[in-house]
Amino acid sequence: MVWRILLGILLTLVIIAAFAFPIVPAPTSLFEFPLIPGLEEKARIIFFHVPTAWLSVMAFFTGMFYGIRYLRKRDIRDDLRSSAAAGLGLMFCILATVTGMIWAKFNWGSFWNWDPRETSIFVLLLIYGAYFALRSAVEVEEKRATLSAVYSIIAAVTVPFFVFIMPRIMTGLHPGAAGDPEGAGPVIEFKMSGGMRMVFFTSLFAFTLLYIWMFTLRVRAALLEYHHQSKG
Amino acid sequence: MPVVERSARRWLRSTVAVFLKDWRSELRTRYAISALGMFVVTTLSMIMFSLAGETPSLEVLAGMLWVVIFFAAMSGLSRTFVTEEERGTSMTLQLQAPPSAVYFGKLLFNLVLGAGLTLLTVVLYAVFITGFVVTSYGVFAAAIVLGSIGLSAASTIIAAIIARANTKGTLYPVLSFPILLPVLMTAIRATRMACEGTTWTDAGGEFQVLISYIVVVVTASYMLFEYIWKD
Amino acid sequence: MALRVRGDSLRHAFNRKVIFRDVSFDVTARRSLMVAGRNGAGKSTLIKILCGVLSPTAGTVTIDADDTGDSFAVQRRIGLVAPYLQVYEEFSALENLHMSMTLRGAVPEDARARQLLERVALDPNRTDPVRGFSSGMKQRLKYAMALIHRPPVLVLDEPMSNLDADGIAIVRGIMQEHLQEGIVVVATNDRSDLAAPDMEVDLNARR
Repeated sequence: MVWRILLGILLTLVIIAAFAFPIVPAPTSLFEFPLIPGLEEKARIIFFHVPTAWLSVMAFFTGMFYGIRYLRKRDIRDDLRSSAAAGLGLMFCILATVTGMIWAKFNWGSFWNWDPRETSIFVLLLIYGAYFALRSAVEVEEKRATLSAVYSIIAAVTVPFFVFIMPRIMTGLHPGAAGDPEGAGPVIEFKMSGGMRMVFFTSLFAFTLLYIWMFTLRVRAALLEYHHQSKG
Repeated sequence: MPVVERSARRWLRSTVAVFLKDWRSELRTRYAISALGMFVVTTLSMIMFSLAGETPSLEVLAGMLWVVIFFAAMSGLSRTFVTEEERGTSMTLQLQAPPSAVYFGKLLFNLVLGAGLTLLTVVLYAVFITGFVVTSYGVFAAAIVLGSIGLSAASTIIAAIIARANTKGTLYPVLSFPILLPVLMTAIRATRMACEGTTWTDAGGEFQVLISYIVVVVTASYMLFEYIWKD
Repeated sequence: MALRVRGDSLRHAFNRKVIFRDVSFDVTARRSLMVAGRNGAGKSTLIKILCGVLSPTAGTVTIDADDTGDSFAVQRRIGLVAPYLQVYEEFSALENLHMSMTLRGAVPEDARARQLLERVALDPNRTDPVRGFSSGMKQRLKYAMALIHRPPVLVLDEPMSNLDADGIAIVRGIMQEHLQEGIVVVATNDRSDLAAPDMEVDLNARR
């Protein structure tokens, strides 16, 4: 219970800091963000956009992890965990896509530009869609569990090409992509000030905790339903 | 004869038998071949209609070539598993051949089918679509061959998955597309490079991606196939 | 290794419904096992588990046989005849038998195939496509398919379905002959299919 209150406080602080800290050309204190040319005030999206994108990937791998466990142990509860993670992943994936699109409209001029990272998140979205389409097409629970686990593994071994490798080697518009005039590489390393980095990592940490909380809640609900139905 | 060598030979014979069974069956029914062939012809004629004599840029033409190949593959490459399921013969096959032999036999069948389909598309494309000019023939051939192998390899495992689901036809492109995107995008880029006359060294990165994709997909499919195949 | 088929506390659940639980059996060479039970009691499910084409939710099936346990072990040990097991209809009876041998990694023996087709009275139709066969002829062909690789364990689900008097006589002969050395497992509703089983699993009591 205590950690949930702490999480609430942490997220509130992140939201306040993300919007209220001023952006100045040369930050001197922890409570100021640096002015990044080309991003300016729009840089604030990083505190929400990046964590959601990170969680959509993390949820995907959580789902795959439980999928593998299902294939090994044949415990249908692992499949419930797997689909709970995928459901959250889909939600965060949509959030990351939408926040990214809004930002892109103001930064790049249009909602969609087929930037490599846009392609990556789009592919992830498609995989989540396909995963749930497959699940709804199989009626037998055990078969559904097996097939969706296998599909998520196949997706996981092929798609990192996109999500992790291609955006780094391909030129793109996205900050930190190859071809960015400010230099390629993770944005956090070279453009952020100490204060910005602090807020960013706190946000990442808080969102991850939020994800874990949501995940355990969903799993608990699914397991309760499962036990209820198995008895009845 | 040592046991290992003998069982390797048995396995090889079994794999070839799976391939030959599908091949002979296909020659008798011509289901997949006619579906694929007609699909290529229909799509190409539609493209020609809609172009109405205009010549689009090489980028568009290279992309369109793979659009035709992708959708044609989606119309035929699932047959090898779906027919077993429809006719109720998958259990017969399970009782006769080990899962790995079934997988590699059917992969081989789809590779042949996929190669035929790509070849047909490329030939028709070169003949009928004006403005599609290839400069580096070696790079083009490699892009087509590797792209076709990657496409067939990923389609095979997805076909095994959808054969076990209830809605076989509609789900196939939905499940395949995200998995195939890395191949399609790389193959499209390599094809475009071949049209523009890029050298081997410049296109090397694309081929590395394609080759590693093929290795990864085949290895993962081989390891996971038994789970799908066994009820 | 002496021939032996064991099932140990098998349980199968399907869509959160338990089909059967605590099913155990132990059959040795020259013995027969009868699997009995109402429709829906899980006879075919148990047969599929026994043949290794379906994984049980819990429990194990062990087959001891006198062969090297290579990747073909399961395929070589079991011969199955069942209503849900189909042959390739676009091929002829002889082609189906040849394919069955090569799929098991063996060199096809034409004499063996012909001998079995004669045994099930299909030799005159050996080159006709199976598509044109009557259901009784298909059932007899399934026996030839099940025996082609000389399996030690013969598993029969509804052994007499679609058979006429002559067909039933042929199948009785095959069962008797197989019990000289091997194991016969029969799943059926009709007790006359296997006159005196050595052992019985009653699935009605295993819900």
